[in-house]
Amino acid sequence: MSDRLLVGTKKGLFELRRNHADWSIAASHFLGDPISMLLADPRDGTLYAAEALGHFGVKLQRSRDDGKSWQEIPAPAFPKSDTDGLSVSYLFCLETAGADRPGWLWCGTIPGALFLSKDHGESWTLNQALWDLPERKDWMGGGFDDAGVASICVDPRNSTQVTIGVSTGGVWRSGDDGASWHAASEGMHAEYYPPPRNHAPEVQDIHRLVQCPAAPDSLWVQHHNGVFRSTDGARSWQEVTTIRPAKFGFAAAVHPHDPDTAWFVPGVKDECRLPVDARLAVARTRDGARSFEVLTKGLPQQHAYDLVYRHALSVDATGTRLAMGSTTGHLWITEDGGDAWSLEAGHMPPISCVRFG
Amino acid sequence: MARVVFTANLHRHIDCPLQTAPGRSVRAVLEHVFAAQPRLRSYILDDQDRVRKHVAIYVNGERITDRERLSDWIDDDDELFVFQALSGG
Repeated sequence: MSDRLLVGTKKGLFELRRNHADWSIAASHFLGDPISMLLADPRDGTLYAAEALGHFGVKLQRSRDDGKSWQEIPAPAFPKSDTDGLSVSYLFCLETAGADRPGWLWCGTIPGALFLSKDHGESWTLNQALWDLPERKDWMGGGFDDAGVASICVDPRNSTQVTIGVSTGGVWRSGDDGASWHAASEGMHAEYYPPPRNHAPEVQDIHRLVQCPAAPDSLWVQHHNGVFRSTDGARSWQEVTTIRPAKFGFAAAVHPHDPDTAWFVPGVKDECRLPVDARLAVARTRDGARSFEVLTKGLPQQHAYDLVYRHALSVDATGTRLAMGSTTGHLWITEDGGDAWSLEAGHMPPISCVRFG
Repeated sequence: MARVVFTANLHRHIDCPLQTAPGRSVRAVLEHVFAAQPRLRSYILDDQDRVRKHVAIYVNGERITDRERLSDWIDDDDELFVFQALSGG
């Protein structure tokens, strides 16, 4: 089990450590600065923290001494253009590019683009093939002004197989290291989009896409209008209708060893975005979505207005410890797969992301 | 040589002391500053080398007019002030 949790918030990065049975804040970094994404690279122990400074743009910080010191490194940036060129406004997700490629990193951004670094973040290259997709013109902002690449899944069996989730812009797969991409949203539909284009891949709002490391053909999506599951490597998706108490949400997590076990944090759908009946709950399936349990032990069951963002639910490598952080600065951890949750910090800034490592 | 002053809010993130720099345009002056402190560029300018949306540049108390090419004229002894647009939360 991982005894360290990194928590990215609107006002800094916090490092929680477990001592005996208790978690406590052991360190803070970048106090006052919004943190959009974190990564603890299991290949070499390097930590990365992405900042979204309100005035001064996106920044990327790296620590090679376990958080004792940090060095600013170049952030992904669009190439200079003679016409109306773009600027990266948010570093939305950051993932390692495979165990067999030390130092390689993928970064998804707003506006919706994908960047690759082959040198521990010292330099970044725009993935031109994704950027040049004709369908990209139909991508839309999902909670932000522009579309964003919010999820990146690298197949542990073959690092050249990459699946991304775009909000709003569908699921896309590459089998050749990003040299080419094809739509992988078959079976999804967008209730919010007028027919007949509501089945078009590029209008699907992928809040969060996760892939089971032990069974990479099994993927889950928390979509804007529900949950979808694929068991054939994103070739097709089936809508999950059994989830309760609601099908809307942002976050998703899948058990690292069991593709049939996944967690979501349902809320009242998009006009409201609050826990159903102001009771915070986690929905868990352990049978591949045939049924869901509504887990509430340890979670507030009255006047709870916590929203859990797409990167603010995380499961560790064992599959039994999860962390969940909310927009109202509450952080819960479970040691038993969600049966019971414990509030470990209650006065944090709004939480954008949590990661073990 | 123009005087270049940076908002205190920026000092929290990066070393940017008051300094003088040559140049006859805002861009020319800033390029001299960036040559000595390359990391500062991305705090002031966006990916396309335009002034960031929430950054303001004033010359002798007047807001510059060209935020894209930074072509506003600079005389010797002008003061160029870089600070953040006020917003919060």
